This record gives sequence, structure tokens and C-alpha cells, in this order.
Amino acid sequence: MSHNKRRSFLVASAAGLGTVALGVAVAPGIRLIEVSHANPVRPAGQPASSAVRWGMLVDTTRCATGCDDCVKACAAENGINETVADKRQGAQWIRKIDIKEAKTGRQHSLPMMCQHCANPPCVDVCPTGASMKRADGIVLVDRHVCIGCRYCMMACPYKARSFVHQPLSGQNPEVPRGLGCVESCTLCVHRVDKGQQPACVESCTTAGHNALLFGDLNDPNSEISRRAAAAATSQIRADLKLNTGVRYQGI
Amino acid sequence: MQLAPFSRAEEQRFYLVAAMGGLVTAVGLLAALYMEHAGHVVTGMTNQVVWGMPHVFAIFLIVAASGVLNVASIGSVFGKKVYKKRAPLSGLLCLAMLTGGLFVLMLDLGRADRLIIAATHYNFTSVFAWNVFLYSGMFAIVAVYMWTLMERRMNGYSKPAGFAAFIWRLILTTGTGSIFGFLVARQAYNSAVLAPMFIIMSFAWGLAVFMIVQKTMFWWNSIELHPSVRTRMKNLLGVFVAAVLYFVIAYHMTNLYFAKQIAFERFILLDGGIFPLLLWGGYLLLGTVAPLILIYHPGLSARRGSVMLASLLVVLGAFCQLYVFIIGGQAFPLEIFPGMEVSSSFYDGQVEHYAPSLPEILLGFGGIAIAFLITAVGVRVLHFLPQDDLSQLEAAASISD
Repeated sequence: MSHNKRRSFLVASAAGLGTVALGVAVAPGIRLIEVSHANPVRPAGQPASSAVRWGMLVDTTRCATGCDDCVKACAAENGINETVADKRQGAQWIRKIDIKEAKTGRQHSLPMMCQHCANPPCVDVCPTGASMKRADGIVLVDRHVCIGCRYCMMACPYKARSFVHQPLSGQNPEVPRGLGCVESCTLCVHRVDKGQQPACVESCTTAGHNALLFGDLNDPNSEISRRAAAAATSQIRADLKLNTGVRYQGI
Repeated sequence: MQLAPFSRAEEQRFYLVAAMGGLVTAVGLLAALYMEHAGHVVTGMTNQVVWGMPHVFAIFLIVAASGVLNVASIGSVFGKKVYKKRAPLSGLLCLAMLTGGLFVLMLDLGRADRLIIAATHYNFTSVFAWNVFLYSGMFAIVAVYMWTLMERRMNGYSKPAGFAAFIWRLILTTGTGSIFGFLVARQAYNSAVLAPMFIIMSFAWGLAVFMIVQKTMFWWNSIELHPSVRTRMKNLLGVFVAAVLYFVIAYHMTNLYFAKQIAFERFILLDGGIFPLLLWGGYLLLGTVAPLILIYHPGLSARRGSVMLASLLVVLGAFCQLYVFIIGGQAFPLEIFPGMEVSSSFYDGQVEHYAPSLPEILLGFGGIAIAFLITAVGVRVLHFLPQDDLSQLEAAASISD
């Protein structure tokens, strides 16, 4: 290597290292967030914004019959681990439904959970306001205000809600659950606020199924919006005009 | 008519009756405590049938509570003297049954300890929240109404108070029917006809309860109900029972006409196991046809005890009807994917089997016992016994107010 070449190599290397060092020193946080967070982080104390409408797209053509990775991930994330003698009394925030067209025999398998409606019947009927919709479209139950009347369960067209029939233990501190209250899929709100994906989506993606896609339905440039614009998607019980946040592709 | 003072034997009988009512109430409370402590895991209710036996009892008591006030309304609002004599008892029964119904409804809550939240947090789009106001308002209005009836100086106000109570009770039963009528998702509900249907059901059930209580009180006091009053009240009960049947037929006929509802109707009317049995045998045969025969058959209706039996059968039919409506409506699978066959770990597409557990049933009877206890004590301490002016009744060949 000539003297000049060696000098220019050293200069370039130093400049490169310096840039990296500067980057790490000046804006480490920004870089890390950009790399690891799929969604913007919502800092504590900052209210959820109605500019965002969180939603999910389920590609049923990629959802395999018998696969319940999403169900397992949900249970692990949200501490749904109780043993229930009568399974009909057990909580199911997300379940796999196998559907078959009666006439043609065409079959699908898909996950069913709270559809995070824009016009949620559960919120309408809740006497105390415990059932509520966040500004960003996530439908939740305030466990401090729920009196356990189960009127929301009567009202939900998707059977998405569960009533806690027995005392619980070993809960995830980020996902409080309680005896005598109604609960349902929170879209992993505690993860979403940290810029992460819901556990079901993450597990489906990690396993390579890619049947679930989470994102902002209000952002026309988000992948979920682009996919929903490009392919035919549907809402379950669209006749009820609830404007669900969960859309299905392939049924 | 002046009643003789209570004898010692009668005193003892009263305390025995009161103790029995108190005992059943206490058992109901214990059942609720057990459910509260162990959770609803000790009930037959599940995540598929979320409202069970307590709701059957509670809704019967609440609907009948508003209906039993009709007796007073016919007197005060429509000026019928025979019914006016019965207005205080009608008001007392209304308050007693409303208390009993709310007792069951509140103690069945998953978090009954949060009653204060139910009383302080309101979501005004919720029919339940409206009902919290309607029920508490009913207590206040009926209490004022009874005051105007029983305090001589206030008698002049009984007509406007009675009118207010009448309007309020119509709204209240509309609210109870709308709890179901506003449920968009389920095949059994989601119908505007449920509000007027609940009103007419309240007329029949309330009058039946009134007849039972009146007969018991007259028996206790060794008084015979005047035949003309008996004829009049039994005929009114017959009209109400027939009107309920009309609404039930209209409800099912409408459903049968809609292709999307045929599977549900088939379930309720034909192959739903216990539900068609209770509907045809319990509600229709025992709760409707048999009372109508007992009421209108010239020979049978004249027999002693026929009206009492008819009233008891109407109440039995009411429970059957509510069981089919509330439990059957939930047991039929929710149609999430119309036209598709579905299966899942959450029992989608499957008929749910519900078996009420003992604590649920005891809680329900606790509600009835509370209503019974309030009535018994009320009747004991105040003048609620309907006292007909016999000379007036005898003088009139037919009663036409």
C-alpha cells in the first residue's frame, strides 16, 4: 500500500469510527429506538392519540388449522395460566376457530379475539363505563370499575369476553386480572405502548407464519394499510357496522 | 269494616311466618356470600351462558313488581273504586318485589362489593345505567304515592302521584325489556317488541302475584273475597294472560318468517331439549292454557280455589317463559359466521348446556323471601288489607264505577 493510500485509508477509517462514536455518543437512544421498535413509544403520562387507530390484519390463507402459536403466546404474555375444572368457565382472550362453508366445504382456520370495534357494543352497554375505548382504538376493561355484571358479554357479537370465575394467582404484573371481573384481548396494550407488537403477532411472525400483521390503520403508509388497500379484506359481522379494528383476508 | 285485634295464637303464627321468611333470606345471603368468596365457579354459569338462574328470579321479581302496581293504577289513574281499596297493598308489594329482585341481581354481580361504583359511575348509553335510575326512582315515587294513599291529609294528591307512578312503571318495564331488546348480537333478543312484551308480561305476572297475596291475606283473616270483585279481577287476569300469549306468538311468528332466525326458532320450539319442553309444557300449557280454562270455564271458574290455582300457574309459566328466554337465548350458539359450520375450543357453534347450581337457586329464593318478609311485616304493622265496602258491593247488582 502506498503512503498516500495508507493515509487516505487511515483518514477514512478514523472518520468512520468517529461518525459511529459520535452517533453512539450523541444520540444513542434515538438509534436504539429506531432499530428495535416497530411502533412509536407512548411515554408515560402522555395520553393515547386518536391520530392512531391500532388494528390487526389476519391473513387466513397463512393461518394453519391446528396451529395455536398465537393462543399460547397470548396466554403466556397475559398470565392466563389458571387450571379450570370446567373449561366452559375458563378465560379465552384469543381462540382458533375452524370454519367450513356448509355448501362448498371450503375451510378456513382463523384466530378470533376482541375485534376492537370503533362502535363497540360492550362499551355502549357497560353500566359503569368500565368497558372503554382508548383514543387509539383499543377496547379495554377498567378492572377497578368493572362490577362483573356480564352485560358486555351478552352484547359482544364475537364472544370475545371472558368472566373470571375463580380466584387467580401468578399474574403478570403488567396485566392485572381479577376474580369477578370481565376481561378480553387488550391488543397487548402494555407492549404496544412500549413500541412492541402484540404477543400473538410477534409469535406468529417469529414462527414464520406471518398470518398476523399489526399496525396503524390511520397511517396510509403503514404496512397494514397498504396491505388492506391492495387485497380484499373483510370484517366479521360487517352487517353490524361496528367498524372493527381487526380485519380478515382470505375469507 | 273493623278488624278484630290480633289474638295470641295469631301473634305466634305471624312470628313463625316471619322467622321462615328470615331464614330463607339468610340462606340466600349465605349462598351469595359463598358465590362471592369462591367465585362463580360454584355456579352453573359459564362464559357461554353468562346470565343464569339468579337472573330468572331477579327479572321475574322486577317485572312483576312493576306489574303489581297496576292494581293501584287502575284505582288511582282510571278511577275504579274496587281497585282503589287495593292500592296500598299494591304499592307495598311493588316495593317488596323490587327490593327482592335487586337483592338477587346485585348479589349475583362478580364484584357485589363494588355496589358503590354502580351507584356513582354512570355510562348513559347503557340501558343498565338507565335502570339504576329507574329502579331507585321507582322506590321514591311509589313511597310518595303510598303516602298520599295512606295519609288522609294527602289523599287529594293520590291521583297525580298515582299517574306519575303509572308512567314511571311503564318506562321501568320498557327499560327491563330493553336490556334484551338492545342486544344487537344475539338471535333471541335484538327486537323492539320485547319492551311492550315485558310490559304486558308485567301486567299478568303482577296481577297474579297480587291475587295470590290477597287470597292468602283474606284466608289469614278469615275473610271471603266478594264474588263480584273476584270475577272482575280474575277476568282481568285472563285478559292479561291472553295478551301475553299474543305477544309471544307475534315474537315467534316474526322470527319464523326471517330465514336467518329459523335455526334459532327450531331450537326453541322443537329440538332444544329442555327449552321446547318448558315453552310448550311450562309456559303454554300450564302457564297459559290451564289458567285461561280455570278463569273462563263457567263450571271451573266458580269452584273454590280456581283463581288461586290459575294465579299460581301464571307465576309458574312466567318462570318457564323467562328460563327459555334468558337461558335458551344464550344456549343457542352465537352466530359469528352466518352460513358457516364452526368449531373451536371456546364452544363456538355448540349448544350450551346449563345446569343451575344450588347456591344460584338459593339466592333466587332469598330474593323471593325478602319480598315475602317485607310484605308480611308491612301488612302486620300498617293497614294494607283491602277492605271492600260490602254494603256498596251488595247494593250494586253489577259493579260499574
